[in-house]
Amino acid sequence: MKILRGVIDWLEERTGIESGIKHFLYEDVPASAGWHQVLGSVALFAFLTQVFTGMLLAGNYAPTPGEAYNSLRYIVTELTAGQLIRGLHHWGASLMIIVVVLHLMQVLIWGAYKKPREATWMVGCVLLLVTLAYGLTGYLLPWDNRAYWGTVVTTQIAALPPGAGPYVLRLLGSDGGSIGAITFARFYAAHVLLLPPLTILLIAIHVYLVRRHGVTPIPQDAALPKKKFYPEQVFKDTVATFLWFAVLVTMAIAVRVPLGHVADPTDTSYIPRPEWYFLFLFQMLKAFQGPLEIVGAVILPTLAILALFLAPFIDRGKALRVRERTGAIALVVFAVLGWSALTARAIATTPPSTEDPDAGLALVEPWQELPADQLAAIGAFRKDNCGNCHLIGKSGPGPDLTHALSQRPTDWLMQHFKQPAPNVATQLKNPELRGLVTFVTKRGDAALKAWPSAPQSAVEGAMVYQANQCAACHKLNGVGMQTGPPLNGVADHRNREWLEGHFADPQKFSPGSTMPVYKLSSHDLDRLTSYILEIPK
Amino acid sequence: METTTRRSFYSAVIAGLGGLMTATLAAPAAAYLLIRPKSQKQSDLVAAADLAQLTVGKPEEVVFRRTRVDGWRVLNEKATAWVLRKDDRNVVAFAPQCTHLGCAYHWDEKENNFLCPCHTSTFSIDGKVLTGPAPRPLDRLVTKVDQGKILIGAEIQKA
Repeated sequence: MKILRGVIDWLEERTGIESGIKHFLYEDVPASAGWHQVLGSVALFAFLTQVFTGMLLAGNYAPTPGEAYNSLRYIVTELTAGQLIRGLHHWGASLMIIVVVLHLMQVLIWGAYKKPREATWMVGCVLLLVTLAYGLTGYLLPWDNRAYWGTVVTTQIAALPPGAGPYVLRLLGSDGGSIGAITFARFYAAHVLLLPPLTILLIAIHVYLVRRHGVTPIPQDAALPKKKFYPEQVFKDTVATFLWFAVLVTMAIAVRVPLGHVADPTDTSYIPRPEWYFLFLFQMLKAFQGPLEIVGAVILPTLAILALFLAPFIDRGKALRVRERTGAIALVVFAVLGWSALTARAIATTPPSTEDPDAGLALVEPWQELPADQLAAIGAFRKDNCGNCHLIGKSGPGPDLTHALSQRPTDWLMQHFKQPAPNVATQLKNPELRGLVTFVTKRGDAALKAWPSAPQSAVEGAMVYQANQCAACHKLNGVGMQTGPPLNGVADHRNREWLEGHFADPQKFSPGSTMPVYKLSSHDLDRLTSYILEIPK
Repeated sequence: METTTRRSFYSAVIAGLGGLMTATLAAPAAAYLLIRPKSQKQSDLVAAADLAQLTVGKPEEVVFRRTRVDGWRVLNEKATAWVLRKDDRNVVAFAPQCTHLGCAYHWDEKENNFLCPCHTSTFSIDGKVLTGPAPRPLDRLVTKVDQGKILIGAEIQKA
């Protein structure tokens, strides 16, 4: 204890840190200060939590499109507590917005923005906009369909102002209206490089101004003795922060943050929607169509922000007791009701997403995304022991087929596959030979990962799929016709019993179906059914 | 007296709740940063060379390709190992980094030992430290000989 005292005294003499902290903690606060003033501290803590969890996420995150999605999937599926950290960051953002808005409402109702606190209020308004900007830029970073399509809409709205629109679009890296690597880089840079220092600067100014002018007293305070900030007010701030934090941790543990499929710019079925706190704007836009669109999208929000910003100059009356501030209370109630009604309407009128919101959280193996013909070719390769000479990933007696695509002519390959060496003949049938030719000359890089790792049962399932020419009617992993229903994600609405029965008697299970009857051996039926059930959406 | 009790109650609650929140954030952060990823699949043994290519008693640098999981990526990349054929059936594969600070060493034909050019550690043909600052013998890789092929694993065994 004596040593500690010595260290503190040494530091105090050289830096004045102890008296600085004391000065900060023993600030006078008015007698009326209490539970209604805790929200600023909670907002500050919320920001610090976001900084902490954000840094943790960045430690395992690759900020480029595509890789961003893969690395986020790695965080939530492979890393211990990864799901929890992402949950804290995701729900922390939502809860931070709630706290910031409550803080603003409190100041509005109490009229705490009045002279001399106009600057404190305006810096606070900028902080609100910065908080929303975090939400907007962070929304893109998972790079799933939700992120991509939501941001497409955002950038299109930003492009509406006549004259400035094209420049805004270019600033957002979205020349021509599509979004890609540049938009992603700009949003990421804003989210982690531009906004945090700006926030810290604004918070410093905001807190400095609060300290300079003191916590806003109410008219009765004049007659009462002042209190100290520490410990009573700090105690109340800490308890409120703890309650906020308990809600956050509960949500991060109990409510899973969705991660859909990787962003697909060609997906025309995806219905984009913004984060819940922007839903009211999304709904309001529906009321302004054609030439009026800009009114709902740009003019009204701008006017609302301006009015908020200039509140101290609009409301120039004398400071009043809270109970007498009926105008301000009515305004807040009206805003909350309007916001709730628009949000409720938006939720009610937007059809539910057809995409499984957790699609990206399931572990998908490379083979599950490979078209069946390529997986079946891997099966043919294995069936006839091609791997004895063509070692995977290394040159052996035969060339390494994973190293480069084969440049041999088709005739040569067909002959080679029938008779790979003198006195050696394979058992491969013609369609299998053709499949192999296509595979070794045209396979994509995705096949490389599946080649050594695809389970044999799945490979056999794909071979049954190919042998029965399922692709003549069905589409699977992007290959095949669309006469019959596509087969990706069939497991979402059909079970094994249904599928197996359906192969034997299609009309019985789906009346009017034109699918012929397939009489498969029990082994083939099992392999094919398992294979189809394992192909994700 | 009453105010002292109230003050110390406030201080205790501030410290207690503050500590609890800090711990609640710090514990998952430590787990997230320090615990290995769940399914870090170690790739199997891969065929690296033919046994017949190697001369008994002469280490060779063997270059081969293997699949390695790197975070969220699966890489198919070049790998090397110094392989010594001991006799008709047995081989030893040394990981290609010096055990001192990880420089690439090579076989010094004249001196008949492995030499690391960084801090001149030398190792005998069976990996033992002869001179220099290296703290332990050369690390080994799991090997297997199957039908005339030398298979090498990715796992490093420290002596």
